[in-house]
Amino acid sequence: MWYYEKKLQYPVRVSKCDVQMAKFLTEQYGGADGELAAALRYLNQRYTVPDKIIGVLNDIGTEELAHLEMIATMVYKLTKDATPDDLKKAGLGAHYANHDKALYFENAGGVPFTATYFTAKGDPIADLYEDIAAEEKARSTYQWLINMTDDTDLIDSLTFLREREIIHSQRFLECVEILKEERDRKKIF
Amino acid sequence: MNTFRKTYKPFIGPFDPCPPMKVKSYETPPQLYMGFQPYNLPQFPNLQTALKHGTLWPALFAPYENPYRKGGA
Ligand SMILES: [Fe+2]
Repeated sequence: MWYYEKKLQYPVRVSKCDVQMAKFLTEQYGGADGELAAALRYLNQRYTVPDKIIGVLNDIGTEELAHLEMIATMVYKLTKDATPDDLKKAGLGAHYANHDKALYFENAGGVPFTATYFTAKGDPIADLYEDIAAEEKARSTYQWLINMTDDTDLIDSLTFLREREIIHSQRFLECVEILKEERDRKKIF
Repeated sequence: MNTFRKTYKPFIGPFDPCPPMKVKSYETPPQLYMGFQPYNLPQFPNLQTALKHGTLWPALFAPYENPYRKGGA
């Protein structure tokens, strides 16, 4: 189970009325390397990995949900005051036709989210390598998003999210090291 | 100290349709070099600073700036 804290993991401030950026940010909401895919991938893997690394998957999977919330906040802030015409100009006309201003799990191109974005191989090394790749891909997405805006406040939140991907990658790399460790070998640090 | 960004000079053809980008770059953040995180790494002085950086440890902090901006690679 989870306890919910009624605040964001890191503050989200959006200072520039750039509706098109909402469309691009959606990539991290319902895209292949987005936060939803990340959360579901890790939380699902928890059941079938060696005990030693369950905690890491649990913690990181949970944190991804907090990131998902931050992205949702950004998208919402950028679209809540937009007219249908603004949305059309921002390339969100098709989204509006289908969803009004509701958030939807889709990628920046409007393709709906699918469970095929991630997998569960059941082989701990294979799954961890996927996780490491997923973190590096999410890190890249944040870079491409940062490259497309000059809103310094938005960049601040995106930079935080990018840094978290670096930490997650580090932790998954450490999980691989833990699993490689010979059972009875003496550890010397 | 490892650098967080690497650059390279791609081949530029004589008949390329667009003005060439002479230098391209990619990111190489610190987790690629760390291996297992060592014990007792120095931490940021307080929680506020750590939150701002997105990590407790300066050794894992990788600043990022738009490389297409003036002054970038
Ligand atoms: Fe992550």
